[in-house]
Amino acid sequence: MDPFQIKKAPVEYDVAIVGSGAGGGMAAYSLAKSGAKVVLLEAGGYFDPADPKYITQLKWPWESPRRGASTTRPFGDFDAAWGGWDIEGEPYTTAKGTEFHWFRSRMLGGRTNHWGRISLRFAPDDFRRKTMTGIGEDWPIGYDDLKPFYDRVDKLIGVFGSVENMPSEPDGFFLPPPKPRLHELMIRKGARSIGIPVIPSRLSILTKPINDERGQCFYCSQCGRACQAYADFSSSSVLVKPAMKTGNVTLINGAMVREVLTDPASGLCTGVSYVDTQTLQEVTIKAKTVVLAASAGETARLLLNSKSGRFPNGLANSSGVVGKYINDSTGASRSAFIPALMDRKRYNEDGVGGMHVFTPWWLDNKKLDFPRGYHIEYWGGMGMPAYGFGWGIEAMNGMLAARDGSKKPGGGYGASLKDDYRRFYGAYIGMAGRGEPVPLESNYCEIDPNVVDKYGIPVLRFNYKWSDYEIKQAKHMQDTFEEIIHAAGGIALGNKPGAETNYGLEAPGKIIHEVGTARMGKDPKNSVLNGYQQAHDVKNLFIVDAAPFPSQGDKNVTWTILASSMRTSEYIADLAKKKV
Amino acid sequence: MKRRDLLKGIPVTAFGFAVNPTEAAVPAPPDVKPLKIPGGRQKFEAVRDAALNAEKFFTPHELQTVTVLSDIIIPADAKSGSASQAGVPAFIEFMMKDQPRNQTPMRGGIRWLDNTCTKRYGKPFVQCTKTQQIDMVEQIAYPAIAKPDMTQGATFFSMMRNLTASGFFSSQMGIKDIGYVGNTPNQWDGVPDEVLKQYGLAYEERELNMGK
Repeated sequence: MDPFQIKKAPVEYDVAIVGSGAGGGMAAYSLAKSGAKVVLLEAGGYFDPADPKYITQLKWPWESPRRGASTTRPFGDFDAAWGGWDIEGEPYTTAKGTEFHWFRSRMLGGRTNHWGRISLRFAPDDFRRKTMTGIGEDWPIGYDDLKPFYDRVDKLIGVFGSVENMPSEPDGFFLPPPKPRLHELMIRKGARSIGIPVIPSRLSILTKPINDERGQCFYCSQCGRACQAYADFSSSSVLVKPAMKTGNVTLINGAMVREVLTDPASGLCTGVSYVDTQTLQEVTIKAKTVVLAASAGETARLLLNSKSGRFPNGLANSSGVVGKYINDSTGASRSAFIPALMDRKRYNEDGVGGMHVFTPWWLDNKKLDFPRGYHIEYWGGMGMPAYGFGWGIEAMNGMLAARDGSKKPGGGYGASLKDDYRRFYGAYIGMAGRGEPVPLESNYCEIDPNVVDKYGIPVLRFNYKWSDYEIKQAKHMQDTFEEIIHAAGGIALGNKPGAETNYGLEAPGKIIHEVGTARMGKDPKNSVLNGYQQAHDVKNLFIVDAAPFPSQGDKNVTWTILASSMRTSEYIADLAKKKV
Repeated sequence: MKRRDLLKGIPVTAFGFAVNPTEAAVPAPPDVKPLKIPGGRQKFEAVRDAALNAEKFFTPHELQTVTVLSDIIIPADAKSGSASQAGVPAFIEFMMKDQPRNQTPMRGGIRWLDNTCTKRYGKPFVQCTKTQQIDMVEQIAYPAIAKPDMTQGATFFSMMRNLTASGFFSSQMGIKDIGYVGNTPNQWDGVPDEVLKQYGLAYEERELNMGK
């Protein structure tokens, strides 16, 4: 086979969608339902968590020779995400003195297969931070534009939660939330005693069935392994599969899209060109409209690599803004030990995948030395032991008296050590802040002039540094964590992260919430897309992942990706109808 | 240096006559056995695991040392068996190959232990009497109070302790021992009443009515 032969698909599709994660899955679903002929291009392989070929859910640690360690998958052997921060043959680089870690999932549904299912709406204020604080950027649209779509996403996909009437956390259409676990009740009691709110979490997990195609949660806490009952949201199970049932979607796996093709005369997209990852053949797809949903990083890379005489700086980049303002959530964490939970009664408290309660942002930044908020996620309890169980006990068991009241130095061996593991089981908790960063022009990704991946496609080079805004926010997180731990009767573990580690602030990219590389805005001079996520420069090019978001709030963005992808998809369908 | 000595330093293959060049350029197709990919594994993972399982890391002496140490760390008691009965040595062997950064600390740690035991008792660790073994372990089992000449041993012993505990409590025997009763479909309806009472906690009114 000649790998340089260019194959042309014989048909012209109405829409070519690049990427099958939250944004691409929703676009495929909405457009296929509206009757459009869609081709959905996914760089990774097929995945169905109900097929035994792919199932890791309900497996036991001893079914993995490494007991679930993270040697080949960053979140452990049973995690559903293929890929990770490092993929063989698909490098990326970082500019000197900067840091960015880029997590990619090469599979149907992308990164929605293992995410935390945290499904928060942006609040009205999250769309206008520049107006409120003088820094950052406003969105060209507001909460009212997205609210009807948030409502429909809630009903279509399902999310549990509670009505709280907090202006910063708009309520939706909620399924019943699961009751808190024991450690969550203790954290809640402690946090509330010092004025920090703790409310039911909002996760896209079906605590009640919502249709015949998806089952109900059976409380194994393993959403990260992808659910064989389709009781949690992943794009592949919940959107792509029903979209394909319409008969209007052609799914092509192993399609690494290299370039968006344009007509030099009209400047409009004519389709895309991809490398078949198995045969290495170059294939051209023709489409009337191109929708990018490859993730903030990949979408920017694709635009920047789609250079032509008419678009010398890359496609849709007359503003020069493509790749700029990339921003990931801040993240810092602390763990603790609750002596009152030693020797606890055993029962099944797996619950849903992830936390049953969380702390939404509760303070006023006007009174603080940093401009943006964060929320706090919690964990703990009697989880399934796996690789890492009991690790570091030598730093723990010297702090606590033995059953007979005696104290011994940390570490040890033998019967009394074995007993310590039993006594301490289920007495650990942890918490992590996830905060809003300020998007900066000086944080950007660009094409590395010297490096290509194994398909010959030029790769991204990241330039990313946290600013004082994020570092001060992390400091506040660490102070708050200790207050909550003490109020809950816990002992904070390890040393409190200080200035030398930016207060434990995770490196950019580690939280896997990067957004903003092709931001929307009213002014084509400083934005890539208009308020419908349509390119200012190329009218039949749309972006429906998180690349268009000028900011990310202190909310995980998946629910906003889904709502805005639905809105953009219906806008595309309306445009097509008007033409007819 | 004499020419003869110079020649001795050059591997024979460098002269080209030890390996037939045609064979070297085109190796015979390997004997490919069909690989079964277990459910939930990617192909590259299955290939990698099969290759690791075909390798051996520990020498018989090292494996014996690891076995004795793991059983000192987690012995059998009334509730469950010992680390070696739960398959911990095989798990540690696998982890050495799976995460090669473990290899030098482990191999070197066993050597340190044998050197130290030879100095103290005249024999490597596994050949010492039970009393001598425990006497040795006492020197390295408590890192915060280990004597200056025992700190490397304490670091090694902590590594052994952590690997042993991870391996034991993630085994079928260990999970039964620790009392984890999940990983099975069920209906979560909150913390049992008697546990709430024990901790003086209660659900809020609205939580009791949610979903009803």
